[in-house]
Amino acid sequence: MAGQTLYDKLWASHLVSSRDDGTSLIYIDRHLLHEVTSPQAFEGLRLADRRPWRIDANIATADHNVPTSLKERSAGIAGIEDNVSRIQVQTLDDNTTSFGIETFGINDVRQGIVHIIGPEQGATLPGMTVVCGDSHTATHGAFGALAHGIGTSEVEHVLATQCLIQRKMKNMQVRVEGQLGPHVTAKDIVLAIIGEIGTAGGTGCAIEFAGSAIRDLSMEGRMTICNMAIEAGARVGLVAVDDTTINYVKGRPFAPTPEQWDAAVESWRSLVSDDDAVFDKVVTLDAATIEPQVSWGTSPEMVVGIHDSVPDPSQATDDTTQRGITRALEYMGLHAGQKITDIQLDRVFIGSCTNARIEDLRAAAAVVEGRQVAGSIKQAMVVPGSGLVKRQAEQEGLDQVFRDAGFEWREAGCSMCLAMNADKLGAGEHCASTSNRNFEGRQGYGGRTHLVSPAMAAAAAIAGHFVDVREFVDTPAPARRVAGL
Amino acid sequence: MKAFVRQKGLVAPLDRANVDTDLIIPKQFLKSIKRTGFGPNLFDELRYLDEGYPGQDCSNRPINPDFVLNQPRYEGASVLLARKNFGCGSSREHAPWALEDFGFRVIIAPSFADIFFNNAFKNGLLLIQLDEATVDRLFDAVEQTPGYRLDVDLIEQKIMTPEGETIGFEVDAFRKYCLENGLDDIGLTLTDNSHAIREFETRHRAAQPWLFRGA
Repeated sequence: MAGQTLYDKLWASHLVSSRDDGTSLIYIDRHLLHEVTSPQAFEGLRLADRRPWRIDANIATADHNVPTSLKERSAGIAGIEDNVSRIQVQTLDDNTTSFGIETFGINDVRQGIVHIIGPEQGATLPGMTVVCGDSHTATHGAFGALAHGIGTSEVEHVLATQCLIQRKMKNMQVRVEGQLGPHVTAKDIVLAIIGEIGTAGGTGCAIEFAGSAIRDLSMEGRMTICNMAIEAGARVGLVAVDDTTINYVKGRPFAPTPEQWDAAVESWRSLVSDDDAVFDKVVTLDAATIEPQVSWGTSPEMVVGIHDSVPDPSQATDDTTQRGITRALEYMGLHAGQKITDIQLDRVFIGSCTNARIEDLRAAAAVVEGRQVAGSIKQAMVVPGSGLVKRQAEQEGLDQVFRDAGFEWREAGCSMCLAMNADKLGAGEHCASTSNRNFEGRQGYGGRTHLVSPAMAAAAAIAGHFVDVREFVDTPAPARRVAGL
Repeated sequence: MKAFVRQKGLVAPLDRANVDTDLIIPKQFLKSIKRTGFGPNLFDELRYLDEGYPGQDCSNRPINPDFVLNQPRYEGASVLLARKNFGCGSSREHAPWALEDFGFRVIIAPSFADIFFNNAFKNGLLLIQLDEATVDRLFDAVEQTPGYRLDVDLIEQKIMTPEGETIGFEVDAFRKYCLENGLDDIGLTLTDNSHAIREFETRHRAAQPWLFRGA
């Protein structure tokens, strides 16, 4: 008998029951809630007179709508100026209070983007099933956890039954072998993967990211990769457990107690695909050939290396693709053959559940230090992923590096990744963004998003246009150290 | 949830691949705490020439005459014909809520994104996956034939075209059962599985107590 994949093992260990047609019930260990996709689920519970099955499995925080300016934030929920947003955040607070669900309020230092705070608190553990009404829940798969993004009906189902109705997915493995070049990051890996397999390349699959380049990544980097599994069409991204995983989890608030620790680690060691496991699909990439990536279009698969040019629709292989490229160029205000390094930028956003962890801010700060944001940039902002990331960055003096360079330093939240709060692009503006989606209107009506790594966004902010961070950092910055560093 | 058994509906073609959920319902409308009322903002950025905001009266907004759903020949359509990877992107269930509220009951495409697919079935929408060549043919037929209607029969898992052709389709038995009966799956799970869930939970807690706080 062939061995099991990591996904097979996680599936088997959470399977409660199955129907003849393969429809199955799987048990959910952790449910993360936020303000946007939960109100209708709580309303549904109330209407049916149901109670949550297991309160301690749930953790809530507001992230999508929260303002990131200190002034607006300091007055708490009552200070949110947008009425509709305030009602939604207040509704989450009312619902979690009435059901007794642990909530990190908007000015709690533990507040932040759900996919950042789960791992940060140790609320995401290897071997768990994790769900959240947000497609970027795939992030938590970096811990060898089975993590699904779900809709609001499923949020209600999980609240009421502690289970999710699922069909088993196919197994896909994406292997990235070899060593990354300097200043090439996890974000570049995942964008290159999506460029290779397309936004539907992983549809119906759980993707396990493997290979030496993935093993060499920190947990932050692995989270960046799993986060964007959904942009490759896969609800689930996974990385096998190793020492990096276990060391990251140890000592966090929701991690196993010292008495439970050894048994937990022993159990987690089995969370790898067996050597003889069979995958339905395998894709291999050579890490050494991955260049810093920049998306040019309105789908994450519309991505190229920094030294490439915008594609020509007439070279497309079929009509639908050709129309897609033509429409994307029109929306983005770009022309076929335009060099990526010639794209001028209006705004720069460093943040989101993809790239707002401490390692991301360090990478961006290292590029920015001693330099100035270009005069042509209207706004460059850094939005830490959580209150704790913000505090850590401030302790390291990174906030000062950013401020000195002309960046705004904000409070934690989803912010301009999806522009549900006041942070948004104006029509026609180009943005270098460390977020995950470049869809039309995603960062603001008519806004034009280019997805990049934090280091590439930082370099673009300084240059005013895209630039290869590898050449950029080899040019010494003007000699100037920030006091206190 | 509204049951779906059989319906003959006008078909509207949306000739664009990778239609994402941001396009189906833009983020500003996700601030609502209700489940209804999203129909007027379905495809907001394609349908109107201005930027929409929540709570607005859409009847006086400038419409984009080029957008397919604004063309009189597709008024009242209940079948949406789409291209591959329909519904990609975010998990927002507001997308199927908006499609259903607008009046769609059936979406036909060569492929759908996974989360959207799940969400749609929980809201009375029937999603039908057909091969690309068949979808191409339907696009041609719809374009050439004003008032083109398809008769969609869930029980028989068949689509009848005006030309007299019958096209079969697949649907999971459980999804079909819920949809044809308009069933809420939470009730089903609790009725059929409460005992199994409790038993599982007891074993799971004993094996991995660290997954349960206060255990």
